[in-house]
Amino acid sequence: MEEPMQTESKLCAEAGADSGSLVPGCSLRHFACEQNLLSRPDGSASFLQGDTSVLAGVYGPAEVKVSKEIFNKATLEVILRPKIGLPGVAEKSRERLIRNTCEAVVLGALHPRTSITMVLQVVSDAGSLLACCLNAACMALVDAGLPMRALFCGVTCALDSEGTLTLDPTAKQEKEARAVLTFALDSVERKLLMSTTKGLYSDAELQQCLAAAQAAAQHVFRFYRESLQRRYSKS
Amino acid sequence: MKETPLSNCERRFLLRAIEEKKRLDGRQTYDYRRVRVAFGADYGCCVVELGRTRVLGQVSCELVPPKPNRATEGILYFNLELSQMAAPAFEPGRQSDLLVKLNRLLERCLRNSKCIDTESLCVVAGEKVWQIRVDLHLLNHDGNIIDAASIAAIVALSHFRRPDVSVQGDEVTLYTHEERDPVPLSIHHMPICVSFAFFQQGTYLLVDPNEREERVMDGLLVIAMNKHREICTIQSSGGIMLLKDQVLRCSKIAGVKVAEITELIQKALENDQKVRKEGGKFGFAESIANQKITAFKMEKAPVDTSNVEEKAEEIIAEAEPPSEVVSKPVLWTPGTAQIGEGIENSWGELEESEKEDEDEVGSDEAIILDNIKMNTGVEVFTSGNQDAPIVLSDSEEEEMIVLEPDKNPKKIRTQIISAKEEKAPSRKTVKKRKKNC
Repeated sequence: MEEPMQTESKLCAEAGADSGSLVPGCSLRHFACEQNLLSRPDGSASFLQGDTSVLAGVYGPAEVKVSKEIFNKATLEVILRPKIGLPGVAEKSRERLIRNTCEAVVLGALHPRTSITMVLQVVSDAGSLLACCLNAACMALVDAGLPMRALFCGVTCALDSEGTLTLDPTAKQEKEARAVLTFALDSVERKLLMSTTKGLYSDAELQQCLAAAQAAAQHVFRFYRESLQRRYSKS
Repeated sequence: MKETPLSNCERRFLLRAIEEKKRLDGRQTYDYRRVRVAFGADYGCCVVELGRTRVLGQVSCELVPPKPNRATEGILYFNLELSQMAAPAFEPGRQSDLLVKLNRLLERCLRNSKCIDTESLCVVAGEKVWQIRVDLHLLNHDGNIIDAASIAAIVALSHFRRPDVSVQGDEVTLYTHEERDPVPLSIHHMPICVSFAFFQQGTYLLVDPNEREERVMDGLLVIAMNKHREICTIQSSGGIMLLKDQVLRCSKIAGVKVAEITELIQKALENDQKVRKEGGKFGFAESIANQKITAFKMEKAPVDTSNVEEKAEEIIAEAEPPSEVVSKPVLWTPGTAQIGEGIENSWGELEESEKEDEDEVGSDEAIILDNIKMNTGVEVFTSGNQDAPIVLSDSEEEEMIVLEPDKNPKKIRTQIISAKEEKAPSRKTVKKRKKNC
């Protein structure tokens, strides 16, 4: 058991050296979050992971259009806006992934026949965009005070051609990677809420990425906790 | 979502306050709200805050053939978008009157004033020119969108750097940021819009109206001016009649405001450039104030992934091998077959499913043929078929594959169930969707 561990840590170190001083193999970039920065939405948050930044605003529970009304739960709508140009297929696909994740967590049954609208604006994309969107979405939902079963976070893993695992990859690392996997995990049981992958990987690698994502999720949830502790502290 | 209407009570209160020379946010008549400019990590990206109104600006460029009547000029394109984030009443993808008005005013202010030297954007005359695209997103609407948008546009344009190009004969070489330093756009002057709101048929005037004041105002005068006191655009809307003196007074006020704002922009640009040159930290992360209680930062966190491999091995060892049964097609009735349990259809309406050749189905063929023979003989559901459908019945009809009855059963239309996202709650959503129908 000793040997593979050593080789992996060596590989990680090498990957770190390759990509310059930016991100060593297995670490998360610096995080920053600001909540309640917009006055119009009920909840808002901006989330930064390295140079990737997403701004999220949540309206709800509010009046719903009759055509979209669901009689026993809230209608959740997610709008993702790209920075340049009009939203395309990629945005629609991400919107859907984010909506499905949120629907699993938000207790919409407590607010039947209402709408919850979430607008996400990409401020800058430097890799792991979907993970950052998910994190921003969660912080905005928390800020809006919507009832949730658990918190959630997004973690992106990249596997390069040698099988080295990189957490929270930058845009360059994502481009060079053989496979990019994004997971959404919940905070209570650290279980998988959503996963989307691109590229080729074996089932063993999938499990490895998932385990690494779970380890990274610990850090993200600790970040959530500390930032909320600071926000609701008295001093 | 509809906009909350302003009550008569509020309206009267606001107007009376304006008559008494008071404003809700404590400003004086001629006070402008605080302007804050922050830059992103990449060139041409900025966020401008005017009080609580917030606009995100991003400039991008592209090499395109020029317009036939202007062969030596680059193309400037402006696009302001009112995101639903800014106010719940803004609907996505709808060209409202307000949006059209703002976009046209912005174009008049920035393109028609010739503040950008479009001739310097020409690479090969008549063949290749730079198209500069300015995307502006309103993030929060608290009145006076046009001023914030015009500031954001000019700041983003001044911050932007386009890749360097060289022309040798017919060959155009584009250099990346690493190869050669990118070039800034040549900007002649900086036009900035200043808005004036008029109340009681032009009796009272306020500079930089906020959202509440905009709702009760009678008319709006927008003056675009640069720091040399040259008027670039002037527009009066709302149908009020203004005296000559009023317009002149407004232009004087605009001159003062524009000088202040230009100075602030230049200072912000210099600051950012200095930080970039010195190799310091820049980008939005740095612009978040540390002392804010709602903001929090975390430094780079190492994650211990040493036991990942062991964990993965454990899980794989524990996991049961996938059942083999799934791939067998089930024939419900002659004409309807199903492969696997399927996942929620993510393509909306079921379209013509792709045809697959027999060799894809391979070994399962025999079973299908058997089933068909059996079914055509009896015509009703056989008991052997019946226990299966109950288990699988919660999958939707989208997964059912329709066979044309008189066609040769060998030619089977199958649907590729893509090994897409296998979401945990997919089953749940399927059920709920059924209820809605």
